[in-house]
Order: sequence, then C-alpha cells, then structure tokens
Amino acid sequence: MISALWRLASLAVVGLAIVVWREIAAFKLVPPVFLPAPDRAFNALVTGLTRGDLALKLGGTIEHMLAGWLLASAVGVVLGGLIGSSPTARVYAAPTLEFLRPLPASAVIPVAIALFGFSTGMALGVIGFGAVWPMLLATMHGFVSVEPRLKEVGRALGLSPFAAAMKIALPSAAPDILAGLRLGLTVALILAVVCEMIAGLDGLGQWVLLAARAYRSTDLFAGVILLGAIGVVANGLLSIVETRALRWRVAHR
Amino acid sequence: MKRWRGLILPALLLAAAEIAGRAAGPSDTIAPPSAVAVALAAALADGSMVTATRDTLLSAFAGLTIGAAVGMALGVLFGAVRAIDRLMELGVELMRPIPSVAVLPIALVALGFGYPLEIVIVSFACLWPLLVLSRAAVRGVEPRLIEVARALRLSPWARVVKIVVPAALPRIFVAFRLAAGISLVVAVTVEIAVNPMGLGYAIMTAGQALRPDVMLAYLLWIGVVGFALNTLLIAAQYRLFGRAARHAEEP
Repeated sequence: MISALWRLASLAVVGLAIVVWREIAAFKLVPPVFLPAPDRAFNALVTGLTRGDLALKLGGTIEHMLAGWLLASAVGVVLGGLIGSSPTARVYAAPTLEFLRPLPASAVIPVAIALFGFSTGMALGVIGFGAVWPMLLATMHGFVSVEPRLKEVGRALGLSPFAAAMKIALPSAAPDILAGLRLGLTVALILAVVCEMIAGLDGLGQWVLLAARAYRSTDLFAGVILLGAIGVVANGLLSIVETRALRWRVAHR
Repeated sequence: MKRWRGLILPALLLAAAEIAGRAAGPSDTIAPPSAVAVALAAALADGSMVTATRDTLLSAFAGLTIGAAVGMALGVLFGAVRAIDRLMELGVELMRPIPSVAVLPIALVALGFGYPLEIVIVSFACLWPLLVLSRAAVRGVEPRLIEVARALRLSPWARVVKIVVPAALPRIFVAFRLAAGISLVVAVTVEIAVNPMGLGYAIMTAGQALRPDVMLAYLLWIGVVGFALNTLLIAAQYRLFGRAARHAEEP
C-alpha cells in the first residue's frame, strides 16, 4: 500500500517533468527547433506510426537488435561454456579475450563495411561481435565458479563431460548468463542504432539522423521516444524472465 | 610459462591472416598484418594518430568527469535520502535504458559537430552507472558506521562527507572504472557515427579511402588504447583501495 503510494508520487514527478517541458516549449525558452512541445512530439509519434513508415523503422531496429543478440547469445554461451569448463583452454584464450574485451565494438564497423558492404549482414556482424563479450565472459565466469562439491557429485555419478555441463554447470551458471543476456541486449540496441545511422539501413537510427539533419525536431523526438521505449520494454521483459527463471534458487536458500 | 601459452593463439591468428592476406594478393578490403604494422608505424610517426588519440581521449575524459561527478552526486543523494530516491525512481527507470546514441541526433541539432557534442553524449552515458552503483554503495554502508555517526551527533552533511562517502568509495571507484571504459567506447562510437574528429573518424575515413592497412592499424591502436586504459584503472584501484576494492567487486 505504502509502496504503491510512493510509486504514484514517483509517477507524479514524471508528470511534473512533462509539464515543465511543455511550459518551456510554450514560452519558447528553448527554440522549438531543438525542443518541440511534448504534445507535438506525441502527435508526430502517432501520425508516424499510423500513416508514416515509423512502424516499419521500429520493426527494422527490433529485428536487427534481436537477430544480432540471438546470434551473439548462442555463440557467447557455447564458447563461454567451452572455455569456462576447461582450464587449459582458459590459459590459451584468456589473454586474447582480455585484449578484445575493452575494444569498442563500433570500431569494427568500418571493417565490417569493407567485408560485407552496407548490408544487413554488416549490422549482424557488428552487433554479434559487440554483444558476444558480455555473454561470453558471464558464461565463462559462471562455469568457472561452479561449486566444487557439485562437480564432485557429477564425477561420482559418472556423468559424461557434456552431461555434466548441461546438468550441473549450465543451471549453476544461469544467473551469470541471464545477467550477460541483459547486458548484451543493451549493447545490441546501441549497435543496431549506430549501424542504421551509418549504413542507412531501415531502422530508427536512420530515422532520427535524417530527422536531425532536416531539423524536423518533432519526428526526431518521436524516434528517440520509441528508442527509449524499446530499451525500457526489453529491460523489463528480461528482468521478468530473470526473476521467473531464478525462482528455484531463491527457494533453495 | 603460462603467459607464453597465452600468446600462442594470437600468434597463430596473425600467421593465418598473414598467409591468407598474401595469398589473396592486393585487396581493398583486408590487409596482411605486416602491412598493418607498417601503416601503424607510419601513422604514429607522422603524428596523425597521436592527434586523433588526443582528441578522442580529451572528449572521453571531459565527458567522464562531468557524467561521473553528476552521477555520483545524484547517487549519493538518492542513496542517503530514501524519500528523494523513491520520488525519482520511475524517472530514473525510464531514462536509464535510453541508448546513449539515441541522444546523439538531439545533441547534434543543438550543438553541431565538435567537442561539446561528444562530451555531452559521453556524460549522459557515464552518468547512469555512477548513479546506480553509488546509490547501491551508499545504501550498502555498514549500519554500525551510521550508528557511530549518530552517537557522535554528526550533522547530516558531516555524516555523508565523513562516514558514508569514504565507506562507499571503493565501490564507487569500481563504478568509475566501468564508466571510464564506457566513455572511450561512446566517444569512438560518436566519432564513427557523425562527429568528424578523433580515432573513430580516422578509422572511418581510412575505410572509405580503401586503405585497409591504415584502417586495421587504427583498429589495433584503438584496442591498445582501450586495453591500456583498463589496465591502468585496475592498477589504480588496487593501489588506492587494496583489499577493499576486491570486496567491492562482489555484488
């Protein structure tokens, strides 16, 4: 009850911020080219979605983000699991991974353009490369830090290495993997937008950049609002998945 | 001995790239590592790479300083005063997942090309990790320390400055380290996307000029800069906080 009241108060603060935004726009404290009134931005959002091709761009961005993210997740979990379950592999691979991890993923965009041209494949390659690191490192960490006694149980039961990985290491690494998935999705969204901006692929990145270049600030804000919405919704969905998937762990404590 | 084995994989990859690059002959898209090494040396010698690095690091650090300062101030405030935190909760939840590049076109319209554009976007990106993690750090301060502050009858301000912030500092520094990594990534991204300056722009133009050797040299260099920054900050963390930093890494 109390927390619902706080939630309401928190909503009121957001409402207040929008009112302040409207007043600033109404009195032209900031030129409308930079800051359109909230209702005009909202109208542009609705017209863009119903009559313009904003819905198409929204779909494009979601598609790029999800495809690259799924690719990165699959590769990251498999590679991370392999490297994580073998100390020898870690000795060989760890320095290379340490060097590649802090590399800004967007820096591979020119290389990807040289290899794949201005295509969806380029975007997939870049997003896949960028989003694979959080996943790979999280899975690796999860596999390395499996409770030793669980490993002993696996050995006592005579599990094959594959069965041990699937039945013991994977479930015990689940929290790390889910955290990696969430981080990877954020990276995937950012890279999808950047790729669309540079390569002119159908998506919100291209939409907001074109709107900015033409000084159509209402369309620009409509695009930014949608991008924020994708981020909020994706994050929210993954935290729901996280709490549901990890419910059994809480029950055990 | 162990360190040596770590070098085998990169060495094999480089050798394979060299052989493949030579076998394919001159190409507009990819260059063998030997050509990349020559291009790297040339770009370092003529100063173009040094200038680009300076531009990128300057905007990354300026943005980091502003974003981290604002984020930390807000984080400590939200962590210390529960009421403010609850009031701002929804606003933060709605703002934080906005991808930093989405702010890019708005900043572009308002500021045009140049340092301010990049600095604003880097600060926006660095603000959130500092806010969220220093809020958690302040909330995680040992309750007995707060009791001590109360027993000493410290004023709320003194309590924050003398007890809460020093106790939370190791964890706040970890957040700062994360944000520093983000600042470089975002700075390069902004340069690649729109801003005509720095390392990101240099690598982009090299690609468009069909100079794969220069392009890959810049890619390698950006990797070296990122790696050096990361290593430096980890070293600083252990130097400054020692064991406390290791505890702070655990969530």
